[in-house]
Formats: sequence, structure tokens, C-alpha cells
Amino acid sequence: MSTATPIETKPAPPPSDKLKVRVNGKEVEVPKTTPDPVSGKPLPTTMIQACFIAKVEVPHYCYHPKLPVSGNCRMCLVEFGTPAIGPDRKPILNPDGTPKIAKAPRPAIACATPLSPGMEIYTDTPTVKLMRAGVLEFLLINHPLDCPICDQAGECKLQEYSVDYGQSESRFVEAKVHKPKRVDLGPRIVLDDERCILCTRCIRFTRDIVGDDALGIVNRGSHNTLTAYPGRAFDNNYTLNTVDICPVGALTSKDFRFQMRVWFLKETKSLCTSCATGCNTVIGSREEKIYRYEPRENNAVNGSWMCDHGRLNYKWIGREDRLREVCSPQSTALSPQSAVLSPAERWAVAVRGIAEKLKHAPAGSVAMIVSARQTNEEIYLLAKLARALGALTDSVPRILEGDRLLLSADRNPNSTGARLAGIAADPMGANLPKIAEGIRSGHIRTLIVLGEDVTRHGIGADLLGKLETLIASDILPNETTRLAHYLLPGCAHAEKRGTFTSTKGRVQKFMKAVEPPGDARPEWEFLRELASQVTGQAGAASIEGLFNQMAGEVPGFHGLTWSGLGDTGATATI
Amino acid sequence: MIVKRKQLNLWERLYLPAVIGGFKVTLRHFFRKKVTMQYPEERWVVPEGYRGAPYLVKDQDGNTKCVSCQLCEFVCPPKAIRITPPGSTGPGADRSNAEKMPREFEINMLRCIFCGFCQEVCPEEAIFLMKDYSLNGTSRAEMIYNKEKLLALGGVHNDPIRKWKHKADEARSQGMEP
Repeated sequence: MSTATPIETKPAPPPSDKLKVRVNGKEVEVPKTTPDPVSGKPLPTTMIQACFIAKVEVPHYCYHPKLPVSGNCRMCLVEFGTPAIGPDRKPILNPDGTPKIAKAPRPAIACATPLSPGMEIYTDTPTVKLMRAGVLEFLLINHPLDCPICDQAGECKLQEYSVDYGQSESRFVEAKVHKPKRVDLGPRIVLDDERCILCTRCIRFTRDIVGDDALGIVNRGSHNTLTAYPGRAFDNNYTLNTVDICPVGALTSKDFRFQMRVWFLKETKSLCTSCATGCNTVIGSREEKIYRYEPRENNAVNGSWMCDHGRLNYKWIGREDRLREVCSPQSTALSPQSAVLSPAERWAVAVRGIAEKLKHAPAGSVAMIVSARQTNEEIYLLAKLARALGALTDSVPRILEGDRLLLSADRNPNSTGARLAGIAADPMGANLPKIAEGIRSGHIRTLIVLGEDVTRHGIGADLLGKLETLIASDILPNETTRLAHYLLPGCAHAEKRGTFTSTKGRVQKFMKAVEPPGDARPEWEFLRELASQVTGQAGAASIEGLFNQMAGEVPGFHGLTWSGLGDTGATATI
Repeated sequence: MIVKRKQLNLWERLYLPAVIGGFKVTLRHFFRKKVTMQYPEERWVVPEGYRGAPYLVKDQDGNTKCVSCQLCEFVCPPKAIRITPPGSTGPGADRSNAEKMPREFEINMLRCIFCGFCQEVCPEEAIFLMKDYSLNGTSRAEMIYNKEKLLALGGVHNDPIRKWKHKADEARSQGMEP
């Protein structure tokens, strides 16, 4: 092409990164280019993106905003027109001076057609409606229609679009093509090839996002079949995301298989606590039982994804052996009346008892080991208490192997919060041997442990036996809680509200999905009572107030408010 | 308000005409066809389409038809139905290609209002409102009918469609495992 004579170009119009198009007659301004979801390179903005900006719904199966475009399902077909150009290369104008629009003779798929200036998109014409009904009819030809036994029923795009755009009756009388069912695709996924509509979202996800090219389509025509590469299991740490993005019930989760119908699940906005990344999640629960975690979109943290390790780490919350009862020497002394004490009275007795002990403890005789799995608010209250008592404090580090996508090497969800509040030593865990030494020398007489089994972190049962007072709060029983003089049953994150600070300093809040068992209470509630009894200053009584109070006092959180965090959080200064 | 007592006239004060009038009414009814029924020994035959107690049915091959889709549980206005889905460890379905059936299926007959929504919503024709209208028990717990009891009471439904059998036969004819 180097020999071609350069075309005479007119002076270029002032460069603009926006262009104007009309969607169903409504003018919208859209960016000329949109970053590619995988590489980040600018790509021309497409019609479907313009429709999203114009808040016009375009049904689609294979298109996903976070995946490369494939354009195979044909569900997003729309009609469009472009400004007509006359033989003189000038726009033809209508009598009223507006540009004349030449309607394209054929429809186009909105997901893969770039915009041009002045383009008009029509999504509500009779032709578009007929095309959608036609595409759906083809997709349903070989679909088994086994919705009663399909886990996707209730959140299935095939069901939704059939109601919105499809026909009420099938005209298909021939035998359907049968394909493999209940295929074991990997350790966490079951595949039903009859339900698959061949949109290839799962293939693109695992190839382009995860970098594990494990899935593909084999055979031809109606016999097209999704399958894993022969001899390879589909077992990377992100496989369950394909279940989320599968628009139909072809890929289903083994863990959630036949557990509960999705329309019964209450959805609560929460966070994943399995590492320091802080992926946003939705907890699906029914009648105080958690059935599943799903990722929630947050482009500042996890996009639309989460890892299988975090997603399946929820069963401990419903364990039978959860700590349920507040134990304190005082309530044991009141025995046998302690049986008749109400939970509120048992809590009051225990908190008062601890406050008395701490108030009379000589300075420097108290130490605290606070898990970096506790919330910012709880850590803040303990840091306040530690300052009042002159206590030596630390957290337990959990460093394992991370990956390049979401899983962080730091498996504590709130290490950053523990550092910001000044509870964790630098580096985290450096004070643990000092605390052990303090107990051994008899210098430390009282130990407060929150959410850790310290016998596994260098402070054995023999050392704990030397203590005058061991105050422990935890969720599940362990050696430390067994030895505790005061045992305060705490809550899992799904049973309380609060905030975590991710490894990148993102402060995010999570909501309560289920009720805690037995006497268990959110830790911040009893810590607030304890802190106010020991220090004599009454703190905020609500989680919102407590967060705002903390934001005022802890430098890293300055300027943040509970309501300002919103659903996707805000960034702290770390 | 004071209601003034009416003075009786001579005919009324004679007393006997009124008694005889009363006997006439009694005698007229005495020779009519009887309308009372010796309940509970004798029972009313309910008309076709009557909405009695909902029970689960099996198909003609003895398979439990319910696949635990839980639509009846969802639609039930008084929340009388409670289904425990099989999960991954539950019992396999009687018809292997139907993949699942309930681990437990309970209807609280004290709550049931016999509206028939469950029968209407059932995509598998597995639950029907039958003709039982008098359900008794000596405790509340006894009035919660479990899967076993509901299936025993429901009996067999002669299903003309036999969807799952048809699907399995079609798959086998194409050389696929159903």
C-alpha cells in the first residue's frame, strides 16, 4: 500500500472523543472508544453499549460486558440507519434541515457493530420483535425444557427472554437432538449439553480472563457440544464464575446442585472474607441458612468475578458446634441461678466482670491478640481499650500463596484495618513472641483474644494456664476458648454489619444476612459496652455512628462516612 | 321502646287450632323424602372437580412424579407446603433422567386452605386436590402429612403424556444415555 497516492485530506475537524447517536429517537452522547475488557486497548464503541447508555434494553446471550465480543447468539439484532450521503459526498438533508437517515437494508448485531456519527438505532420496530421471536424459536428447538429440575430456573435468560420476546407455543414437532447430560466437567461443575445454547461465554471467560484454555466446542451443526479439552479437568480456581455467566442452566454448581430454588433466596450485599482482596459478594440465604455466595460487581475491586476458594468457604457459619453461650466466672458463681438468667443478663454480668478486672489491672499487665478477621470497628474499639490499658497488642499473619487474578497471598480480610488502627505490630506477628515471653515471666497477667486460637501461634495451653484472666471471643470452639475464663461467642461476618479494609486500602461495608445462634452477639456491641465501662467515655451506639466516630479518630479513615461508602466502598489512605 | 302486647282474639285464645296447625306442618314433613344423612357412617359423594385435600401421586409405573421444583411451596398462599430438596446427597429420582425428587414433602393440613394453586402450578402433574374433605388427628403434629403419607393417600395417576419416559426413549433411539 506504500505505492498508493495519499488521498487529499481536508483539515481535520477538532478531535472529539465523543459522538452523538440516536437510540429509538432519543439522542445520546457516547465515547468514541471503549477499553477492551481484557487488554484495555481502546475499541470502537458498539451499538449495544450505546443502548446501555441510553437505558434501552437489548436482549443478549453471548455478549458480556467483561468478555471479548463473539457475536454468535444473534439475540441482539437491531435495525439501524446512517446519515445519507449524496453523489457530491455531502449529507442529504431533509426539508427541515436535519440529515436524512438511510435505513440499512439488513439488521445488525448490536454487540459487534461499531457506531458511526449520526447513527440511528431502532430496537422497538415490528421487524426487531419478529427477529427476536425467531432467534428464540431456533434456540429452543433442541432445548430440553426441563426447567422443573434445572437449578438455573428463576434466573435463566432463556426463561426471561421467552416471556418478554418469545412465542407462547412451540411449532417444532420433530425429535429433539439429544446430547450428553450430567457431564462431570470438573471438581465443581456439572454440564448439561442439551441446555447449552453455545454462546461460548464460558470458553471466552476461562481462556481470556483466567488464562486456562480448558473448554471448547466440538462436533458440527445441531450436534455442537461444549466439552473440556480431552484429558484435562476444568479445575482452575475460577470455574464457578462460568456458572454465573452461563445464561442458561448448562453449567451448574455441584455445591449448590438441588440445594434450594433461587427464588427463595434472600440476597444480602456482603464481602468475601477468605483473603485480603475484599471481593464484593451477594449472600443467598433462606430462613437463617446460607446457601451460596455469588460475586457482586465492583470494578474497583473484583470486576464481576470471585474465586472458587472464597465462594465455597461459607459452610462453617452454619456449623452445629458454634459457640452459643456466654461464660463467665460470675455467672458460674450464680449457678444454679445462671440457668434462669436471660442472655442479656448473662452478657451484662460477663461484661461488667471483665470491666472490673481491666479497671484494676496494673498498667502493662494486659495483652491483646486480635484477629485481622475482625471488622474495622471492632479493631478500633480494641485499640482504644488497649491505649487506655497500655496493653501490648498484635494480630496473627496468614500468608499463603496468592494468584495473579484475585486471590491475595494475605488470607486475613482486614490486615490493613488492623495496621491502620495500630493493633497489629510491624511486621504483623512480631509482638506474639513478646506476649508469650511476658506471660512466661508473669509480667502479663490478663490476655484478651479475639477470633484466634493462640495455642497454634506460639502461646501454648501451658502459658495460657499461667494467666490470671483469659478473655476469649470466637465463633467456633478451639483450645483457647476451652481454657478461657470469660468466653464471649461472636458473629460471623454474615451475622453482623461492619467494614473491612482490603489490601489496597478499599474500605467496604457488609450487611447482615442471617441471625447469630444462641447468645452470640456482634463483637462491636459488647466491645463498645466494655470500652465505655473501662474508659468512662460512651461511644456511638450504632454501627453507622461508630464508623463515623472511627473515621474522625483514625488518620487513615479521615473523610470517610458510613453512608459515603455506598455499595462499592471508598479508599482509605494507607 | 315499649312494645305493647297484642290482645289475643277469641280464635287465638281457643289454643287448639294453633296446635293442630303445628301438627299439620310436622306431618307434612314426616312423609317427605329424608334430607339428613347418618354422618359419619354415611358420607356425601362429592361432585367432580371438588377441591379436597392435596395429595401426591405416582405414575402408572410406580414412580414418584414430584421432582422437587418447589413451585407449589412458592405459590402456596398459607405456606402449608414445605419441601426439603434432595441436595447432592439426597435420594436419586425414581426415573433416573428426572434427576431429582424431594427428600421430604410436608403439607400442614391445618394451614391448607384447599385453594388448588399447588395443583394448578405443578409442571409435573404430581399433586392433585382429591375428594377428602374431613381430615382428623389427635395432635397438630399428626396433621402435618409427610411424603410417605401423601403418596399413599394420593395413589396412582394415569399419566397420558409420560414426559420423562418419552424423553428417555427418544435419547436412546439416538444412541445417547438419557
